[in-house]
Amino acid sequence: MVSFKALLLRDLRLAFRQGGDGALAVIFFVLAALLFPFGLGPEPEALARDAVGIVWVMALLASLLALDRLFQGDWEDGSLDLIALSPLPLELAVLAKALGHWLVSGLPLLIAAPIVAAMLQFDPAGLPRLVLALALGTPTLSLLGAVGAALTLGARRAAVLVSLLVLPLEIPILIFGVAAADPAATGDGSTQIMLLGALMALALPLCPWAAAAALRQALD
Amino acid sequence: MHRFANPARFMRISQILLPWLSLVTILLLTAGLVLALIVAPPDYQQGESVRIMFVHVPAAWMAMCAYSTLAAASAAALIWRHPLAEIAAEETAPLGAVFTGLCLVSGSLWGEPMWGTWWAWDARMTSVLVLFFLYLGYMALLNAFDDPTRGRRAAAILALVGFVNVPIIKFSVDWWNTLHQPASVLRLGGPAIDPSILAPLLVMALAFTLLFVTLLVVRMRAALMERKIRALDAAAGGALG
Amino acid sequence: MGFSTWIRMGGYALFVWPAYGIAAAALGLLAAGTIRRYRMAQRRLAQLTVPRRGEDA
Repeated sequence: MVSFKALLLRDLRLAFRQGGDGALAVIFFVLAALLFPFGLGPEPEALARDAVGIVWVMALLASLLALDRLFQGDWEDGSLDLIALSPLPLELAVLAKALGHWLVSGLPLLIAAPIVAAMLQFDPAGLPRLVLALALGTPTLSLLGAVGAALTLGARRAAVLVSLLVLPLEIPILIFGVAAADPAATGDGSTQIMLLGALMALALPLCPWAAAAALRQALD
Repeated sequence: MHRFANPARFMRISQILLPWLSLVTILLLTAGLVLALIVAPPDYQQGESVRIMFVHVPAAWMAMCAYSTLAAASAAALIWRHPLAEIAAEETAPLGAVFTGLCLVSGSLWGEPMWGTWWAWDARMTSVLVLFFLYLGYMALLNAFDDPTRGRRAAAILALVGFVNVPIIKFSVDWWNTLHQPASVLRLGGPAIDPSILAPLLVMALAFTLLFVTLLVVRMRAALMERKIRALDAAAGGALG
Repeated sequence: MGFSTWIRMGGYALFVWPAYGIAAAALGLLAAGTIRRYRMAQRRLAQLTVPRRGEDA
């Protein structure tokens, strides 16, 4: 019986059993971010200024890592057909998948980000705002990613194609996210936080709807 | 033959219209260039660099019009599976991409003398850049599948998803007070530009629009002929097999 | 207004002329490519629809 909870738990169980796309995303995130002091030079002021931007770019890239496989496994072994035929609306199934993706790659990011930011000499006073911005932005990244994954299901070079489709749409999140936590910005970033929240509110209904439409095309 | 009925009507009508479309396009482009480069007076503040506006703004308008055409055709293709709509969508994308690229490049060349920077991450420029990538993504998705029908359907959905970007481009200069100036032509209360500048602008915009329409019609005719060619090739192959 | 004055575009020549030049090049190539594709399709279609001799009806 396919229910939202069942689908979600199954995805999480699979993710943990496979040890992990999620763990991989976080490790990539931390390692890549740590390359920047080597590349940019270790001066604290330069790093601190760039720390927010680095964290956010890394978050975007890390969220892309497991995307092309979001639906592919189920599509190849026929589970996706079963899910589509079940009473559970396909939109909710997509939501469950996106939530699973976020729990496994977005939520660990929220925990890793303050550590990485601190290592990049980011002022600790700004950490709560950074985490809040990430908490509001990363779910939208997963939702947009689900749309990209659904559109490219079965395409040649799906991994690269997903990035081409999804990254431009994620640029506004990047801009608002950095502005929300930027220590050099005037204002407390609350407008940007609200915009991030608004984007998530928009993405929650629209992305599953679009992704479900794309999945139906793939299953035709 | 009735599966070609509507496309056949399109071919007939477009055959009659095409010479006129081409003629009007060439006339408008010539008139527009004369107005833009010779007749229009230099600006009080920007001097002769204001002439770049006569390329940049029409290109921007076309970039958005093309995407709206793309989205509308994609919607028609998804809802009614109309073959003409599918072809229109496919053939619009490269045109839109070129106009968007032109908008970005000309904007860069205008920005440097006017604002002192080749690029800025202001709301409008960022969303036009996103528009450019949407076109590229559409074309990539279209060709990414072994089954062309799947490619067309997926690309059509992408076109619709990306349509949210168009109102963002239009209204971003009103919502955010950043580098780009607020709307000065298409706004309530009428244009806020001097007629001597407005005239070349509108003529160039009309010229670009006619160019877009003409090229789209030619491309759609070519696409329909190519479909026929593929069908005939396949039939001939079968007969000889 | 003399020709050389016009070409100089009040000192902005380096910006104005590339803008128009790139526009002309991009749109010109687009048009040329489109026309070429159209003519090739026309020719091929004409070849295929001319009845061939020496073939069974």
